Amino acid sequence: MTQVPAPAAPNPWQPSPVQQERDAWRRRRAVRSGSVAALSTVLLVGLVGTAVVTSPGWQRVQETYFDWDKAVDSFPAVLDGLWLNIRVTLLCAVLIVALSLLIAVMRTTRGPVTFPLRLLGTAYVDVFRGLPLLLVIFLLGFGGPALNLSGLPRSALFWGCSALVLSYSAYVAEVFRAGIESVHPSQRLAGRALGLSYGQTLRHVVLPQAWRRVLPPLMNDLVSLQKDSGLIAVLGVYDAIQRARVETSLDFNYTPYVVAGFLFICLTVPMARATDWFARKQGFHGAGGML
Amino acid sequence: MALLEMTGVRKAFGSHVVLRAVDLEIEPGQCVVLIGASGSGKSTLLRCVNLLETVDDGVITFEGRDITDPRMDADAVRSRMGLVFQSYNLFPHLSVLGNVTLALRKVHGVAAGEAEERGLAMLARVGLESKAAARPDDLSGGQQQRVAIARALVTGPGLMLLDEVTSALDPELVGEVLDLLGELKDDGVTMLLNTHEMGFARDVADTVCFLHDGVIHESGTPAQVLDDPSQERTRAFLSRLRA
Repeated sequence: MTQVPAPAAPNPWQPSPVQQERDAWRRRRAVRSGSVAALSTVLLVGLVGTAVVTSPGWQRVQETYFDWDKAVDSFPAVLDGLWLNIRVTLLCAVLIVALSLLIAVMRTTRGPVTFPLRLLGTAYVDVFRGLPLLLVIFLLGFGGPALNLSGLPRSALFWGCSALVLSYSAYVAEVFRAGIESVHPSQRLAGRALGLSYGQTLRHVVLPQAWRRVLPPLMNDLVSLQKDSGLIAVLGVYDAIQRARVETSLDFNYTPYVVAGFLFICLTVPMARATDWFARKQGFHGAGGML
Repeated sequence: MALLEMTGVRKAFGSHVVLRAVDLEIEPGQCVVLIGASGSGKSTLLRCVNLLETVDDGVITFEGRDITDPRMDADAVRSRMGLVFQSYNLFPHLSVLGNVTLALRKVHGVAAGEAEERGLAMLARVGLESKAAARPDDLSGGQQQRVAIARALVTGPGLMLLDEVTSALDPELVGEVLDLLGELKDDGVTMLLNTHEMGFARDVADTVCFLHDGVIHESGTPAQVLDDPSQERTRAFLSRLRA
């Protein structure tokens, strides 16, 4: 095998002594900043930790909320319940996107013919954005099955999910609407000028741009949905929170709730980081990117 | 001693070397015009002077101090310079007067009343005192750019940096901004600017610098550089402009 000589660099630039001194100073400063950050973190965490652990009631709190054996015992049941939360979240997310997109498009139509659509969309958003989610879950969860509608299941899970979808769609529809309206009107004009119809312009020009802009806030709503999926526990659905409650009721040790909380955080933190990463990747510097 | 002195300034973005070794001197009261093709690094050079970019090597001294020293307080340096952007970058939520007095009040600690007085005087200087209460969006491009110049000038900076300040303007609005710059030059304001307006360079500049391949390829009086360039590259660039 022959050695291929490395091509000579076109600009054999070596930092000048002045620049080397600057770089060295910047490195030293970076090390110093890092040390200060580490020290202040250790100090703060240490102080708060000490304050909690030395408080008079810590012993009882530890036994009731942070019992390791109880945590290990209840973990499989809570984890099993969490699987239901995950499935509920994913299914609801898909339905929410579809419904809210429909509402948002309804609300952004123009012209007198589509007025009823706008009215319907606005009324829907007003009602479901105004109602507390828990209330919607109660109303649908207990009222829905009582309707005895033929063809619709009577399970608490179905009606709980319906409540989540109806409530969240109102919020997400507003996010979509903001995205649609943020696309500059000249884009619509350009689309119409090419001979695209209103719907085609929406489908091929406006929505693709709107979608990209609202994805970070949408992912934020998804994170929120992940944890709010636990609210359907009030209907007696066996999700993570309900399973924790059952475990707790055995001996009034609340550790399973902490376990459930920990699992929810494990679920949402990666999602939140993914959102941050995605927003950065999209380059959300606002419109003032040029000097 | 020169007001601004650049020695061996280098700036690269990744493997793309924009400025290789720039040497430049500006005396107080001088107007130095940078010319060169798009992407030749004219804007980067101004941003390096304003410390919006950190140079990779070389030294820039301003008012006798090495401003490329990382220990230098960049905000203090910038408060002694005025920078005007191609796209004005006025703050749309503030009135014209609010734009002009913001730095006076928040950076230089001037009391509101006096700031207003100085702001109005500066607006009168650029011929826009009647627009003090207007919003930037209600002004024409040329008026907005004059407000931007007033905003940069009101704090009495030692050096004005003007980055293609007429490139975003309609042709009939270019004149009002260039006339203003000519007047400022007569008032003794030191200016470093880049432009494609060769007529302005010829009339107002003390020194014209042709930036090419990351270095100042040729510099001299407008008559030397624009009418009788000694370098082949400069000739080629100028002939493309005239074509």
